[in-house]
Amino acid sequence: MSLLSVRDLTVKFAMRDNTVTALNQISFDLAKGERLGIVGESGAGKSITGFSLMNLLSRPGYIDSGQILFGGQDITQLSEAEMRKIRGNRMAMIFQDPMVTLNPVLTIGQQMVETLRAHRSLSKAEAEQIAILKLREVYIPSPEERLNQYPHELSGGMRQRIIIAMALLLDPELIIADEPTTALDVTIQADIMELLLELCQSNKVGLILITHDLGVVSQMTERTLVMYAGRLIEAGPTREIINDPQHPYTQGLINALPQQTLPGQRLKQIPGNMPSLTAIPTGCPFSPRCEYAVDHCRKILPEIVRYGQVEVACHEVSRLQNTNFEEASA
Amino acid sequence: MLAYLVKRVFQAIAVMFAISLIGFAIQDNLGDPLRELVGQSVSEEVRQQLRDELGLNDSFMTQYIRFLGNVLQGDLGTSYFFKEPALDVILKKLPATLELVAGATLIIIGLSVPLGVYTAIKPNSVLSRIIMGLSIVGISIPVFLTAILMIFVFSVELGWFPSYGRGDVVHVFGYWETNFATADGWVHIMLPSVALASIMLPLFVRLIRAEMMEVLQSEYVKYARAKGIRPYRIYFVHALKNTLLPVITVGGVQIGTMVAYTILTETVFQWPGMGFMFLEAVNRVDTPLIVAYLIVVGFIFVVTNTIVDLIYGLVNPTVNLARMGA
Repeated sequence: MSLLSVRDLTVKFAMRDNTVTALNQISFDLAKGERLGIVGESGAGKSITGFSLMNLLSRPGYIDSGQILFGGQDITQLSEAEMRKIRGNRMAMIFQDPMVTLNPVLTIGQQMVETLRAHRSLSKAEAEQIAILKLREVYIPSPEERLNQYPHELSGGMRQRIIIAMALLLDPELIIADEPTTALDVTIQADIMELLLELCQSNKVGLILITHDLGVVSQMTERTLVMYAGRLIEAGPTREIINDPQHPYTQGLINALPQQTLPGQRLKQIPGNMPSLTAIPTGCPFSPRCEYAVDHCRKILPEIVRYGQVEVACHEVSRLQNTNFEEASA
Repeated sequence: MLAYLVKRVFQAIAVMFAISLIGFAIQDNLGDPLRELVGQSVSEEVRQQLRDELGLNDSFMTQYIRFLGNVLQGDLGTSYFFKEPALDVILKKLPATLELVAGATLIIIGLSVPLGVYTAIKPNSVLSRIIMGLSIVGISIPVFLTAILMIFVFSVELGWFPSYGRGDVVHVFGYWETNFATADGWVHIMLPSVALASIMLPLFVRLIRAEMMEVLQSEYVKYARAKGIRPYRIYFVHALKNTLLPVITVGGVQIGTMVAYTILTETVFQWPGMGFMFLEAVNRVDTPLIVAYLIVVGFIFVVTNTIVDLIYGLVNPTVNLARMGA
């Protein structure tokens, strides 16, 4: 049985005049200990997916329909009090910017101890022992002293390590990491990712990694979801998606990577911008930016269809595969 | 820490210099001391002679330096009316005023935090709307009007509280008279304290609410939720502590302002404090007393602000007092 099973998840935002659909019928599964990447441009709905799983959408966002089965239980039906017992305990989250994630007026120790004591009946001393243990796991030097320090006394990389340690405090089954290195120095990014990967593997924790960095996804995850304008457009094993992307959008993302371009050449951009959620085009939402789009792409929304190991939402996939094949053989 | 303290004390001294200069300029320009000292029947020659003797013909700077020298020795001049040192007169009135301010401060602290937090957590509830509506009314009505209305309702119509004076006061530590030792004292201080608090309380409720709502939107509150922290801990530990930091700074200034607001409240309730005394001094053109009041109130202002800054440094871990002095 899979650890997490999301079925037709639809999230809406109630605006003043109308409601906007931010996530449109997203479905995916995550096995125990599996690592899944969610990629897409800004505004694709990656972070909203992450926060929906925690049932932490901030107003005016709400889950409109669909199921989130976590360990077989539909958590969209849980009360706030029941959901609180899952958050930070069985399902932990790592936020984007460690500089603003920790509370500036509470010490690291207070923030770690409170997390443990919110879920388990432990004495302060017992909780501190666990905290020290976890800080050691993320290679924080002299963890005993860190407990008495305030966040502002620590660097961004150190803070993100502490946040990873906090995510591991209660040995969760799933960690959702929302662009955990975007706010960090490039030199530290790789260290943090490596640490996260190592800890997920050794503790057999499931990971949902939300990022726009395909390079990171290819190193960190086993499976990948590609999102566009609140929809899932391609999903499958990470290796397949990186090596042989099917959807023109995924192809565009991979072609836009600097590694795909010779030095001195311009990067290959995808023309245009992601549509605003209030003005999603009819038919395939990517069609206005797609070089392969034909008439019915602009009229009919493509269903997500399985082709071998991957699922793709594109009318023209079969034709594209043929053209790619022809190009390769020519 | 010590360096920061020294720095703050120097700032305070600079402010006191400015206040003393303004005070002296008022004394120098307001009324003729000779008119107060001698009657109508003294000839102009004698007056000139007296002026020379008293040093009133010296230059402004010479007189100011002499004034400063006296002030530093605790001599703020002699009240024309009381024929006593002005500072003594004020110090006798000071306990009444400080107790009134303390009463109002207690009301403000005791009510503004729960009301501000409640209206921030439940901004759309009926009770929140009522509190916010009343707070606008409270801010809009001037203190003296609130005071008169309260006297009318609670003293005249209902007869629950006395309308004037301090009632039974008890001597503590030598000359300090306190309201807080007898039931009669408590009853007397109620209405004036509420009247004095009537403007600051709504201001603080709104301030705390606005700060709290902003803090509740912050990433660290969202993160605390993601950790599964219980709601009351999120509100009262994570959010409230961050909310109160800016409130403390504003609060310090407001306590100083309240000392000045006592002029109105004390006058309406015939409260024998220094605000009431000041108004009488103005009516009697008792210039030394007016100037002395100005300097004492300025001093209280400076002292409370310095203390508040120090408290802020102690409460906020990101302010390093030791480093700020350097």
